Amino acid sequence: MEPSNGEGMLSPYRVLDLTHEWCLLSGKILADLGADVIQIEPPGGHPARRMGPFYQDEIDPERSLFWWSYTANKRSITLDITTPDGQALLKRLAASADFLIESGAPGALASLGLGYDDLAAVNPGLIMVSVTPFGQSGPYADYRAPDLVGVALTGFMYVTGESDLAPVRVGFPHFYLHGAGAGAGGAMMAHMQRVLTGEGQHVDVSCQESMTRALANAPQSYALEGAIIHRQGAYRQTGGSTFMRLTWPCKDGHVNFQFSGGAGSGRGVNSMVQWMAEKGMRDAYLESVDFTELGYGMITPEMLERMVPPIENFIMSLTKQELFDGAVERRILLFPVATPRDIVANPQLRARQYFQALTHPDFDSPVTFLGPFVGSTAAPLQMRRWPPKLGEHNMEIYRDELGLQLEVLLQLRETGVI
Amino acid sequence: MRPLEGLKILDFFWVVIGPMTTGYLAEYGATVVRVESQGRPEVLRTAPPFGGGERGLNRSAYYANYNANKYGLGLNMSHPKAIDVVKRLVAWADVVTENFTPGTVEKWGLDYESLRAIKPDLIMMSASMLGRGGPYSRQPGFGPVLSSLSGMTALTGWPDRAPSTPYGAYTDFVVPKFALPTLLAALDYRRRTGQGQYIDISQLEAALHFMAPPVMEMANNGHEPQRVGNRHTAVAPHAAYPCQGEDYWCTIACMSEAEWQALCRVMGCPAWAQEERFATMNRRKAHEDELNAFIGQWTQGQDAFELMQTLQNAGVPAGVALKNKDVIEDPQLAHRGHFVYMEHPGVGRHPVQRSEFRLSKAEAEFKWSAPNMGQHTVQVCKEILGMPDDEIQALIDDNILEIDTSPEASA
Repeated sequence: MEPSNGEGMLSPYRVLDLTHEWCLLSGKILADLGADVIQIEPPGGHPARRMGPFYQDEIDPERSLFWWSYTANKRSITLDITTPDGQALLKRLAASADFLIESGAPGALASLGLGYDDLAAVNPGLIMVSVTPFGQSGPYADYRAPDLVGVALTGFMYVTGESDLAPVRVGFPHFYLHGAGAGAGGAMMAHMQRVLTGEGQHVDVSCQESMTRALANAPQSYALEGAIIHRQGAYRQTGGSTFMRLTWPCKDGHVNFQFSGGAGSGRGVNSMVQWMAEKGMRDAYLESVDFTELGYGMITPEMLERMVPPIENFIMSLTKQELFDGAVERRILLFPVATPRDIVANPQLRARQYFQALTHPDFDSPVTFLGPFVGSTAAPLQMRRWPPKLGEHNMEIYRDELGLQLEVLLQLRETGVI
Repeated sequence: MRPLEGLKILDFFWVVIGPMTTGYLAEYGATVVRVESQGRPEVLRTAPPFGGGERGLNRSAYYANYNANKYGLGLNMSHPKAIDVVKRLVAWADVVTENFTPGTVEKWGLDYESLRAIKPDLIMMSASMLGRGGPYSRQPGFGPVLSSLSGMTALTGWPDRAPSTPYGAYTDFVVPKFALPTLLAALDYRRRTGQGQYIDISQLEAALHFMAPPVMEMANNGHEPQRVGNRHTAVAPHAAYPCQGEDYWCTIACMSEAEWQALCRVMGCPAWAQEERFATMNRRKAHEDELNAFIGQWTQGQDAFELMQTLQNAGVPAGVALKNKDVIEDPQLAHRGHFVYMEHPGVGRHPVQRSEFRLSKAEAEFKWSAPNMGQHTVQVCKEILGMPDDEIQALIDDNILEIDTSPEASA
């Protein structure tokens, strides 16, 4: 399959992307939706190019799978915005852009004369999105927050992991991805207003707030009941004194089986109890409960003590695949705990042709990319462009689109601005 | 003017991913009519915590977190006449949303093609676990199990223990990050071209974009990363350290030499920190267990919050692993006005989480708290559909329209 050039939902719009390595997703979402996203890199190359993993394990800034994950469909130019000439050039670019997304420390762009007010003076219609760990102001605004520190301050870490060990972060850094994702939504929300008023504005996104929203009902549990929600390993606290069991060891690994009551999972638990009976592992106490009727978050530790062992024995007697096949047949909320290897082999993703293998003259074999995050009948999301090489679109953008003379470009290159 | 002024949403979304997505819209001026049925109540209405600790469909603070500013329409969807009411609302709506198991809206005759016949430029958004089509399309599920299918569970936790599922219905909170910009982009596309569309979200496929590098690594290089707790491939110290009090931990991550030197100064330049084995980042990484033991001894008598403040003031990345209590009381979230406290007759006073972006020219609005079951049924039929009173009454008598029967509604 070759990259195609179909029009996307956001085709008329230009986005300047100044984000650092952990916020590249913002512009990626808009690029996949069809916007013309220009990734602005320092002349030495964006730091994300130096981040692994690398394609076929060859360390090379043009082979970073990390960079490729977040820059397909974007164009790249180089620009040193710490120089006066670079700042002037960014303003020229901003004059014809619809959005600018950045993830610098609060005030960093303003100190270069490139804050929202500076850019709005050039282009009042511009929407500027700033994604930062904690927002533009407040007591933590200047805190340093690599992923681990950020996740801790969302409350998400405390409730994840084993009860007898330290809280644990999500295994791939997610703190900034939440904020970056919300940045795309915030940009579009501001755009909807611009359509009505013609005016741009500044959008201030907090990664802390964004990931705090993943806490489910934990904040409400404290606010209403004074309950502290703890991490519970294989279990999950569904309220002040109620639990569900999630992770179960099986014959050849682990599965997730949502053992809780309520309209959502109760039916599946009832089916599981029935399946156990069919397999000669009947349990009278389990059979006496209708888990749909029971309601979500109603299983107490005393109930768990009687209910878990027979289910545990049953699950241990089967493999991941046997359990999943049976779960699909019986509509039980059970899935294998998938590793990246299982994901690449997932029959559902294969049937939907999710993964896309694309060829490129620089590489002998096709490169596999993730498929679109949504399906659209009118303007399908497509891989329209390969992840850009460093400064790949300098001539196209600076010369052909901005109309800079070649001599000027050579001079800017000489002085290290581009 | 509000960003979404005049936008009309007929909302069949339920549980988290959907209501959170339309929650953004309701904060910024859209009219969102949520359709619910007593026959199969919204799962979150049955989820704690409940106002006054008493179970009830109109008492859940979990449900209330995502449904402020929405109109509640009660409809008995198993009745053919209810389908007629829906079709009249489709003619009114710009957007129809749903996240039932694939096959459900088709069974009702409310699939995209049928709705498009009523409203040609309609935008319909469906979200399901695994997307439409494919062998497992109809397998039911929720966020906690989907975390495991997307690889998040396998990579989270300690190498010598079972994997840890990220807390909550985690992917439910990831997918709205993609659903919101997509829906707004579809509206802009319709404005420019006059074309509506059908948007099909596979929650798995969207959530995988939060795992792109490790999945691309497997797909292209044939090997996969393993779970490593809180460790970083190249950086040490990078861990959560025990502090004073019950189960309090402070994370510290020195990403550079300068941050390590700053940490040493705060610790009072202890002799062990000057040892050769801790002299460079690579050596600290190679002796990470000993390093963590030393730092843990230093942190364990200290107040986690004071320690965080001291370290941050010195330029060392540090953050307390906040408990839900601390999140509610967090000064930074308070500064942002993150928790909006609302009153509700059944739930009582409860915190609602504001969307995480601040627009300089539009404020998120919280006009009324989440609706009771059927709270706005009559209002929606009258004001939106212009239904005469006797027709409304007849539909109520036939148990097709469901109205609010809570004590405060009849009061």
